[in-house]
Amino acid sequence: MDLSPLEKHLLNDFQHHLPLSTQPYADMAAQLGVSEAEVLSALARLHEQGLVSRVGAVFRPHSIGASTLAAMAVPPERLEAVAGLINDYPNVNHNYEREHEYNLWFVVTARDEDELCAVLEDMEARTGMPILALPLIEDYHIDLGFDLRWT
Amino acid sequence: MNRATSQPTPASRPDDEAPIDALDRALIVATQTGLPLVPEPYHALAGELGVDAREVMDRLRRMQERGIIRRIAAVPNHYRLGFTHNGMSVWNVPDERIGELGPRVGALDFVSHCYHRPRHPPDWPYNLFAMVHADSREEAERKVRIISELLGPDDLGHEVLFSRRILKKTGLRLTA
Repeated sequence: MDLSPLEKHLLNDFQHHLPLSTQPYADMAAQLGVSEAEVLSALARLHEQGLVSRVGAVFRPHSIGASTLAAMAVPPERLEAVAGLINDYPNVNHNYEREHEYNLWFVVTARDEDELCAVLEDMEARTGMPILALPLIEDYHIDLGFDLRWT
Repeated sequence: MNRATSQPTPASRPDDEAPIDALDRALIVATQTGLPLVPEPYHALAGELGVDAREVMDRLRRMQERGIIRRIAAVPNHYRLGFTHNGMSVWNVPDERIGELGPRVGALDFVSHCYHRPRHPPDWPYNLFAMVHADSREEAERKVRIISELLGPDDLGHEVLFSRRILKKTGLRLTA
């Protein structure tokens, strides 16, 4: 990974507070001693490379609609088919294969609890397999950001 | 069937605040994939929504104060940045101790998410989830040992589920 000092600063220093001001990128630029155009083009490049997933708001889980983490124990020979089926739901935004008997882990979101239950039941009916629903009860993470520790 | 799907437990909500209204929702939909990378992004959003920029910024600020928005930020993709070993550590800790232990695990700098989730015995005995990111498996395992030491006798059992593949990853999706 080849990042310029500006890109590193953008990644490390603005994980928390992007200025909520008329010209936030100009404010960031002033803080870093560069031009607004440089900030904008660096952010666009980081976004294109996938290093920044987005510049925007991070919402607290459950503040809008309903969601749950869900897990399935899928026999290896059915994994591709089941994962494809699950991914086709617009309600699914993350889906990971993990090394465990419960090997498929995904997050299901819906407008409300009723829709969430309906989606989970539909998934079970279509895959013929039970889903372990693990909704969040309490969030303990104190959001201090993530030290990227450039080496 | 081992499910609690019929009644997902709602997360604790902020203090008796009114729910978000239609404009807040529209704002969330408009920003979920990110702010426009233009000199005046809030003006651009305001134009899309047919309101003025002051209103957009006020609402974002209010949602931030209410905790609906955690932060407005450049959100790094840990995986693409080389933190390729994403270990979901899951822990069985005594229910009466989780309120004290959860925040201590959540405060560790290498833990990016820390949640209390329901157990589903006997298949799933774990009630505490802590996501650990590292640049190698060994490093992730070392971090998990730190959590285990922190929990001491309250670690009644744990596992680490390493990710093998990302099958789908998109931002928050919300239909208007």
